[in-house]
This record gives sequence, C-alpha cells and structure tokens, in this order.
Amino acid sequence: MKNRSLVSIDDFTKDEIIRILDLAVEFEAQPVRKLLEGKVIATLFFEPSTRTRLSFESAINRLGGKIVGFADSSTSSVTKGETLYDTIRMVNSYCDLIVMRHPFEGSARYASEIASVPVINAGDGANQHPTQTLLDLYSIRKTQGTLDNLNIFMVGDLKYGRTVHSLMMAMARWNTTFNFISPEELSMPDEFKLYLDNAGLKYYEHLDFSDIISRADIIYMTRVQKERFSDPIEYEKVKNVYVLKNSMLKNTKPNLRILHPLPRVNEIHTDVDSNPKAYYFEQALNGVFTRQAILCTLLGIN
Amino acid sequence: MFLHVRLFFVLYWELINIAEMKEAKQLVVSAIQNGTVIDHVPARNLFKVIQILGLDHIENQITFGTNLESKKLGRKAIIKISDRFFEDDDINRIALVAPQAKLNIIRDYEVVEKKVVEVPDNITGIAKCMNPKCITNFEHVTTRFRVVSKKNVALKCHYCEKITSQENLQII
Repeated sequence: MKNRSLVSIDDFTKDEIIRILDLAVEFEAQPVRKLLEGKVIATLFFEPSTRTRLSFESAINRLGGKIVGFADSSTSSVTKGETLYDTIRMVNSYCDLIVMRHPFEGSARYASEIASVPVINAGDGANQHPTQTLLDLYSIRKTQGTLDNLNIFMVGDLKYGRTVHSLMMAMARWNTTFNFISPEELSMPDEFKLYLDNAGLKYYEHLDFSDIISRADIIYMTRVQKERFSDPIEYEKVKNVYVLKNSMLKNTKPNLRILHPLPRVNEIHTDVDSNPKAYYFEQALNGVFTRQAILCTLLGIN
Repeated sequence: MFLHVRLFFVLYWELINIAEMKEAKQLVVSAIQNGTVIDHVPARNLFKVIQILGLDHIENQITFGTNLESKKLGRKAIIKISDRFFEDDDINRIALVAPQAKLNIIRDYEVVEKKVVEVPDNITGIAKCMNPKCITNFEHVTTRFRVVSKKNVALKCHYCEKITSQENLQII
C-alpha cells in the first residue's frame, strides 16, 4: 500500500480496513514506537480543527516523526492567493506524507492527484473524513468484539452529518441493521437510503427516542445545530427531543455503548458521562491509535 | 383572352414557387459530398454541441441550420461538417446535450453509415459540478464524473462525490 492515499473510506477494501484496525490494536498495547524516525509529516489545516489536528500530531509524535505545517490558513500563503495546486506541489517536496483539512469538497482527492507522497484526508468540507470513520469502526469493534450483525442507532442531524454518512457506508459491509432517529428536516438523505436498499440491508426511521433503543448495540449521537433549520421555531420544537439522558438507558443492552464524534453541546446530558455505557471520550483516544496505524500503513511501515 | 393568359402565367409562377419552396424545405442546409451530418440536435443546444466537438476551432467547411421543425424535438438543429469523421468516444461527448442525436456518415453524397450517440460511462471536462463548494469550482481543475444514471442523466463528481442531475447540468 506504499504511496497510497486515504481520501474516502471507499478507497479501502473490507480486508484493508480490518488490517488497519488490527494494527491499531498493536498501537494501543504499545503506543510509543519510533517507527516514523527521520520522517517529516506535513499537517495542512486550511480550516481550523483543533481536535483532529491534535490527534494527528499526537500520533505522529508518539511514532517519533517530525511535523511541519499550519493550523489555520490565515498564517499560510493561501491568504496571498496561492492556489491549492501550488501549495501541494511545494509542500510535497518537504515531506513524506501530507495530512490535509480543507473547506472545499473534493480538495483532498485533488491534492492526492498532485502529490507524489500519500495524502490523508482529515476532512474536506461536508464530504469525507475517513480517519474519523476508521476510529469509529475501531471503537465499535473494540466494545462489541465484532463488526458483524450489529444494530446501530444514529441520532440527531442525519442530513448534513458527514460522519454518520461515512460510518453508515462503511458499516454496510458488515450486515448492520440501522435505526435512524432524527427530526424530519434532518432525516437521512434518499441517496444513502438507496445505498442501503441496494445492499439489501434493513433500516428503520423514527422521529424520537422511545423504548426501541433497548435493542441498540451502538448509539451514535450527533449535534442538532440551530443553523441547519430554515425555521427557528422548528428548531425550538425539536432541540430537546434528541437529548440522551441517563434515565433513558435503564433497559438497554449491557453491551450498548454510546459514541459521539465530539464536540458535544447538550445532546448528551452530562449525567450520562459516568454511565459505563458512555464511550465518547475513550473513542477520542482511540483516534490516536487508529491514526498511528493509518500513517504507518500508508508509508508502508510495519 | 389576355386576362386568361396572364392568370395562367401567374398560376404557373405560383406553382414553380411552391415547388421551389418544397425543395428548399428539404435541403435547408445544403448537402455535403463527404463528411458527417449530425441531426436531431435540440435547437437550444446547437452551440453547446459546436463547442463540445470543438467545431469553432477547425478549418473544415461547416453548415448548420437551427430552429427547424421536428416532430420529436419541437425545434431541432442540424450540422453538416465536410471531410470530418468522428471517433465514437468523441461523438459520445455530445450525448449530455443531444441524447437523441443521429449521425449520418456521408461519402460521395451517399449515407454510408448511421450512428446514434450513447451516454458514456465517464465524462471528463464537459460538465460543471453543481456543488458550489466543490474544489473544481474554485481551482483550475478539469472536471471528472462517473455516470451513475444514463436515462435521466446523473453524474457523480470524482472530486466532491456529489451528484449533478440533468436539471442542474451546466456545460462548461
């Protein structure tokens, strides 16, 4: 897989995903390994994303690699009007791998075609964020012991949330049953439902939480953002409907885990945090191991 | 008697005129000896077809007619290009704007072959991605699409992965 990029989760086969997850298990057991000694990794954040950047930089540092780059395009030559093409051509000659976050959709695919070194997409607008998907898969497999035949509930903004779309498409390879809980205005778009229909998978749509969550293996929470609503009254009506509280977890399965890509606002009540079924902070930690595995895989280091 | 002769004369000329008009209707765009005739182009897309095939940059003789009556299309256009023959891959590029186009290959004033256009599996550099946040709308990137539906044309952008449908289709 040397000199291969990770732009979209569909770039990797089921077997390749499993190999990355297996490698991440090794990094969890022993996170500090000097496998990237002498390597320079560029982290180009054309829009700020503190969480993702720190997770990557932590992964690179634990592997002994060096980092060049910027955290915000206001400190780069982009403000002088440099094209992405020129930036990538230039950075390409300074480093062994590029991690890139950019507000425009398709920018990572484009960069991967310009660069001769591997490119990792750390989010291109509302399009893809494959390292988030891989860490979600890692968290699911770690907590459930398997990825096969699970019942996953996705809650909140299912229309614009790229993490739920990528995760849904990735999990569709493991015979997952999906339950979608969202306000009508933010329901799962038809193209993704069509994707599940074509894959022959079952999914159910609901307008609110109810006893049905007793069947869940994973509840994947997302933020319902006010700016997504054309009518502010609609937001006021639903804003408290999609909040998970500890009392709601009473009759849920013992293996249930609650995931959230973070940052959270109020959609998971803080009284859930102490419940052993809350898993979102461990999930964030898993991101470091998963990114270590992705970096090494793309650089052909094992 | 004189009046009768004059009336006959007028009638005679009328008939000739009608005959000429019929002739003219059949051959609004004059015949070519060798080359390609592209028929059944929707009139509104004539210039897009010219642009896609690069006909505005070649030296060959080209004649075209537009806003001609057509039962199928309402108003159609026809293009006749002398001494020019197209590869299938080239000609299929017009399928996005002229899906019902028919080609006649002419040799020595005779139609020697007829072809229809087919929507290709991939489209490069013709259509614009409808996603305003797509990188192709900000940088000088040649657009690339996979055709996910041929009947009601739907194009999936190679870069942003969003779908551009027939209604939103814009030719660059």
